[in-house]
Amino acid sequence: MSAVYFFRRLPLSGSLAPSAACLLLAGCGLSDAPVLNPKGPIALQETDLLFSAFWLMMIVTIPAILLTVFFAWRYRRSNERATYTPNWEGSNLVEAVMWLVPAAIIVALGTMVWDATHKLDPYKPIVSDKPAFKVQAVALDWKWLFIYPELGTASVNELSFPADRPLTIEITSDTVMNSLMIPALGGQIYAMAGMRSEINLLADAPGVFTGRNTMYSGDGFSDQHFLAHAMSESDFAAWKDKVSAAATALDAQTYIELHKKSTANPVTYYSSVETDLFDIILRKYAPIVGPYESEAAELICRGAA
Amino acid sequence: MADTISILEEEEKKSLESREFGFWVYLMSDAVIFALLFATYVVLSNNSAAGPTAAQLFDLRHTAGETALLLISSLTFGYATISMSQGHSGRTVQWLLVTLVLGLGFLVMEMMEFRGMIEKGAGPETSGFLSAFFTLIGTHGLHVTMGAVGICVMIGQVLTKGLTLPVRSRLMRLGLFWHFLDIVWIGIFSVVYLPGVM
Amino acid sequence: MLGRLSMDALPFYSWVAMGGAGVTVAGGILVFCVITYLRAWKVLWFDWLTSVDHKRIGIMYVVLALVMLVRGFVDALMMRAQQAVSLNNDGYLPPEHFEQIFSSHGTIMIFFVAMPFLTGLINIVVPQQIGARDVAFPFLNSVSLWSTASGAALVLISLVIGKFSKAGWTGYPPYSGIEFSPGVGVDYWIWALAISGIGSTLTGINFIVTIIKNRCPGMTFMRMPLFTWTTLCVAILMTFAFPALTVVAAQLALDRILGFHFFTNGDGGNMMMYANLLWIWGHPEVYILILPAFGIFSEVVATFSRKRLFGYTSLVYATACIAILSFTVWLHHFFTMGSSSNVNAVFGIATMIIAVPTGVKVFDWVFTMYRGRIEFHPSMVFTIGFMVTFVIGGVTGVLLALPPADYLMHNSTFLVAHFHNMLIPGALFGYFAGMNYWFPKAFGFKLDAKWGIRSFWFWLIGFYLAFMPLYVLGFMGMSRRMEHYADPTWQPYLIIAGLGALFVLCGIACIAIQLYVSVKTWGSARDVTGDAWNGRTLEWATASPPAPYNFAVLPHVREIDAFFDMKIRGVAYLPAAEYEDIVMPKNTVLGPVMGAALFVFGFAMIWQIWWLAALCLVINLVAVGVRACDDNSDLVIPAAEVERLEAVRLSQISPSDLYDMSDFAPRGAASGEILAGRT
Repeated sequence: MSAVYFFRRLPLSGSLAPSAACLLLAGCGLSDAPVLNPKGPIALQETDLLFSAFWLMMIVTIPAILLTVFFAWRYRRSNERATYTPNWEGSNLVEAVMWLVPAAIIVALGTMVWDATHKLDPYKPIVSDKPAFKVQAVALDWKWLFIYPELGTASVNELSFPADRPLTIEITSDTVMNSLMIPALGGQIYAMAGMRSEINLLADAPGVFTGRNTMYSGDGFSDQHFLAHAMSESDFAAWKDKVSAAATALDAQTYIELHKKSTANPVTYYSSVETDLFDIILRKYAPIVGPYESEAAELICRGAA
Repeated sequence: MADTISILEEEEKKSLESREFGFWVYLMSDAVIFALLFATYVVLSNNSAAGPTAAQLFDLRHTAGETALLLISSLTFGYATISMSQGHSGRTVQWLLVTLVLGLGFLVMEMMEFRGMIEKGAGPETSGFLSAFFTLIGTHGLHVTMGAVGICVMIGQVLTKGLTLPVRSRLMRLGLFWHFLDIVWIGIFSVVYLPGVM
Repeated sequence: MLGRLSMDALPFYSWVAMGGAGVTVAGGILVFCVITYLRAWKVLWFDWLTSVDHKRIGIMYVVLALVMLVRGFVDALMMRAQQAVSLNNDGYLPPEHFEQIFSSHGTIMIFFVAMPFLTGLINIVVPQQIGARDVAFPFLNSVSLWSTASGAALVLISLVIGKFSKAGWTGYPPYSGIEFSPGVGVDYWIWALAISGIGSTLTGINFIVTIIKNRCPGMTFMRMPLFTWTTLCVAILMTFAFPALTVVAAQLALDRILGFHFFTNGDGGNMMMYANLLWIWGHPEVYILILPAFGIFSEVVATFSRKRLFGYTSLVYATACIAILSFTVWLHHFFTMGSSSNVNAVFGIATMIIAVPTGVKVFDWVFTMYRGRIEFHPSMVFTIGFMVTFVIGGVTGVLLALPPADYLMHNSTFLVAHFHNMLIPGALFGYFAGMNYWFPKAFGFKLDAKWGIRSFWFWLIGFYLAFMPLYVLGFMGMSRRMEHYADPTWQPYLIIAGLGALFVLCGIACIAIQLYVSVKTWGSARDVTGDAWNGRTLEWATASPPAPYNFAVLPHVREIDAFFDMKIRGVAYLPAAEYEDIVMPKNTVLGPVMGAALFVFGFAMIWQIWWLAALCLVINLVAVGVRACDDNSDLVIPAAEVERLEAVRLSQISPSDLYDMSDFAPRGAASGEILAGRT
């Protein structure tokens, strides 16, 4: 782990990892690369795992590369002085090493992965002394709708949350498959119609991070990104007021308008949200027979399905 | 010239052996198709959406009839194979004809079932469950149809060419195919129909 | 009458589309004119298109692969150019075109470059490596070729009539469903895949049977050359994985055409099932692409290190392990779909386990070079370039196999860089090595080495320039398939990646020049012995190019390196005491006819011209029936003719053409007292 720590301390050293080619480019924004500079504990642990595994594998990778180059040079045909054993076809010792060392590394990695996968399960709530801030995200063509049940408001293409509380995002889609990701905070999970997925994140400190849909979804895909604001208590209070004062309410009719395809939507706030909107959107695709629970539900479900 | 003929025969024998082995491999590949269609059906079997469910649609007596026809046809194909190995081309053709009739009977029953369901508004476009149902059963039915065509062709070959080495080999392979479809049907009966009504 | 087909299908709606269509049509006309000018139609039809000779079928596969490589690469170049300029603007390609281009790039490179390339090399080489005169089912082989070709033709014609899919090469629903992709694009994709997929299944069956049934006397399993071993594994994978592609394509087609609900949003569809079914085919497919390359590297590294292969047994077991494990890891393509931690962890660990046999293979090749006498032939240089670069791809692959790390990297350009790292230095370098290695076997003269080396350097540097920046961009949060972007820090990397694509362009140009130069100077690079590189395996025992029957007398194998052993014992070029008649299959028009019918069938299904589709199906059924009733599909080459051909061949070999084998001892014997050449 200390190697990882060392690695992250050096602003340029992330570029050592993949290749020398990256070194030349290190100045170009790599020091801000969200995956190399995580801004939350989840992303930090994911990145740590990435680099621990990376260094562990270097135990076999570096010898493999160096031996290839060295042997190719050393045993070139023109080098008559090098030993030549044309009939040598195996060595139990060498073979044992080449099977067992990678196997041992994979055992080590496997243990790490088993733990890490359980620890970093996106569905797992983050332990904190403060309750999680819950947001419902809906993937639309081609924008993200964020509903804040706690506040009774909603926003499009902007996600704001208090920095000192864990963030729980419930996710679904009212279109094709999408994937919600805020790389600096960690992880992503698919958004699928009729299904509810979830991701739990936490920011270290207030800040602004980019988030986007990473799953190609059509013509407006390139512009389907948003800013995630982790806000201090006072900023968040101010933001809450700003949204509550917004002119529009997200009722069924407004939602049906919003659901239509559009590209590069400006950030929009909604002062109130149709009751149970997220559940209605889920229900639109769920195989239940029966009467609709409300007029709004009927409108939304009939609207597009 | 005699030499040439014997070489051709030897080559033919070798090639028929390869064909028989190759046919086994093909059957296993086909089995993967059915395995995946079964998996699809299991995944979607409860997704009847707004449409009818399995319990509302399946009639086990009808299915029992289909099953009986197909299983007996497998038996009669077995008799055809025995007659073939005893060298009775006439009896082989007779048993093949019986198999063909039973197979066609199965297909007719299946058509009736499909038609009944579609008339009830339970066509494949109704729900995921029915899409998977029609695709699995339909794929099996399509195989049986191809098998029936194969039986017709082989009856023709036995009648015109007699039980020559290649004809016997082809008949053998067709038999494998026919029995394979029987096994798939047993799978369909136990995975689709039985849990559907239970 | 014509279904959905109308004048609107012609590409008069945009300059980009018209350009693509124009180039395609012009290419077709050019080929037609050249063949006519050379008066080659008759030869082409009777000696090639209707041929069931596995060598010729193999060559046609490789030609198809090279043509499609150019087409697929143009797509790549256009994408790199677009992303290099499209910071905060639409670049020169509107989304609709960009999306078609990345979809066709992936589809073409996997199905119509890699698949035919490897199938072609397998066809040319494997029967000869096992000492066989032919594949088990020569006619089926021709049908496979023509179904692959008709799939490729469907992709090509989509540029001229209608549009190609915009749903990516994986075609995930519900986006690829009729609701979100109403045009013909996805249908082109479905039918191109389905038709060529059937060809691949048949190839798989054919080579399982060929390798198991047609080996010459003494060729036990543990004496089979490594390329034959990898082919056997690949054939098994093709036979059992491609049905999954057939199923998933059929289900998507049913959803689209008849309104079924396999993968739709709502109505009981389940899109997650698509991902599972697709990758149950897709992950074994990755190994279908790379295992033959591993086989080629194994042959090349032993031959050009002038040494026995190190760890033959290990390599065989590693190959088998990889093949089996490849069926157990498909879920790692969608860790982010929300499976439980247990499921994700199990599939992650299963994936990492594959790294062990793969690592073993790399070390086996490294130790084959150890204490060798390495000759830097283009195939060997491609092999060394592969070994160095491939391990990087292996590392990034394991990183992606860690579910929590995958949450960060999934769908990013890191993933794109990873699989190109496997497929370019892994698979494609292998195929190029194979092309340089076996070209003299197929044509009787060697490829120009100088241009081969040049093409290697351009490819290698181009690869690093094009894909290392994509690894970095993955860290920076760039998703794959973006038509434009807003982050200015990404642009320098994308410009470098574009530069890399230009290097690869030069690499492809070098290959073209290499072919041109070699054909022009072929007389000076002839391979009269049939053994261009002092080879070790049986394919070098035949003439170059081989006689239709490959072996006049079936060899008797005593060793792993069967032909090397024959040379050491001095029995490699002995005329037989007596020749016998040889039975070979006759050429048949049914292969190309069925291929053409499949092409029209696919086209008719795409445009929903039902009567035409039905007609083509009937034609195919009749063709199968005709073949099934044909008891007279073979011809006999008389012993006298065989004797004459062999005498001509042996008379051209002078003792000075033969290699000095004095360095090499037979197993167990003291070195130095070995006979060289003909006795």
